[in-house]
Amino acid sequence: MKCKDIIRELADYLDEALDPALRISIEQHLVKCKDCRLVVDTTKQTIQIYCNSEPAPLPQTVRHRLHEALARRLRGARA
Amino acid sequence: MPSPKLNPVQPHSLPSRVVQDDEPALVSAARAGSVSAFETLVDRYERKIFRLTQNITQNHEDAEDAMQEAFLKAYEHLPEFEEKSRFYTWLVRIAVNQALMKLRKRRPGIVSLDEEISTGEDTVPREVQDWGPSPEQRYAQTELRDILGKAVGELDPPSRIVFQLRDIEELSTEETAEALGLSVPAVKSRLLRARLRLRENLNGYFKQGEHS
Repeated sequence: MKCKDIIRELADYLDEALDPALRISIEQHLVKCKDCRLVVDTTKQTIQIYCNSEPAPLPQTVRHRLHEALARRLRGARA
Repeated sequence: MPSPKLNPVQPHSLPSRVVQDDEPALVSAARAGSVSAFETLVDRYERKIFRLTQNITQNHEDAEDAMQEAFLKAYEHLPEFEEKSRFYTWLVRIAVNQALMKLRKRRPGIVSLDEEISTGEDTVPREVQDWGPSPEQRYAQTELRDILGKAVGELDPPSRIVFQLRDIEELSTEETAEALGLSVPAVKSRLLRARLRLRENLNGYFKQGEHS
């Protein structure tokens, strides 16, 4: 297995969607190759940082307009 | 010499942190006509939906309109919602459609989600450096949000949208494919490209020694 094969299989490897034999050959390569190990590790961190990131609070004016629009529609639906 | 130990990676095998346990009850109540139940759902998801529409449209005004239209459409079509699926996933799909319409209107011809993409030279990692543990903790929350938003904004729209649905909104590959009208292999190739490019974009902020 070469470094470019690791990149090709990276998404499935990170999602644990590979068959066990392929996964084992990737892990054997990672033990030997520091660059690939760092790419795998920092890509994994990238996903986790986004996955854990909290969205910003809604700006007050945006929230106000959203709830006004909803109130108009909900009142209309109930009328 | 002992082998370096790799941490197992399970970004999608963990229980979802997006959907809370009381969601089905709230959706049932909203379908039965409870306005307050629907408002609770809006309160719960408005920030996430606004981030989603912002990341897709990259335009504040369009993002706000798309978010508003998504919630209004969800309310209008609530009777058609099948309770066996996740409400949040359904809402995300509505919001994606609204945001894509805005994006296509503003940038006609640019956004074709199913165009052929290469995962060749531009995905080969250029800089390979250690980030150390928890590199995001070197930044204040607002600064980190700006960094993450900027890095996503630099992706091409198809990669950006697939990454958003798959890795931020936690949709499965199949749900993402269905929501965007793409094949599963197309979602996978865009996801790989997005993850590698984002890693590259973030490298300048997170590599060790850059910030104390």
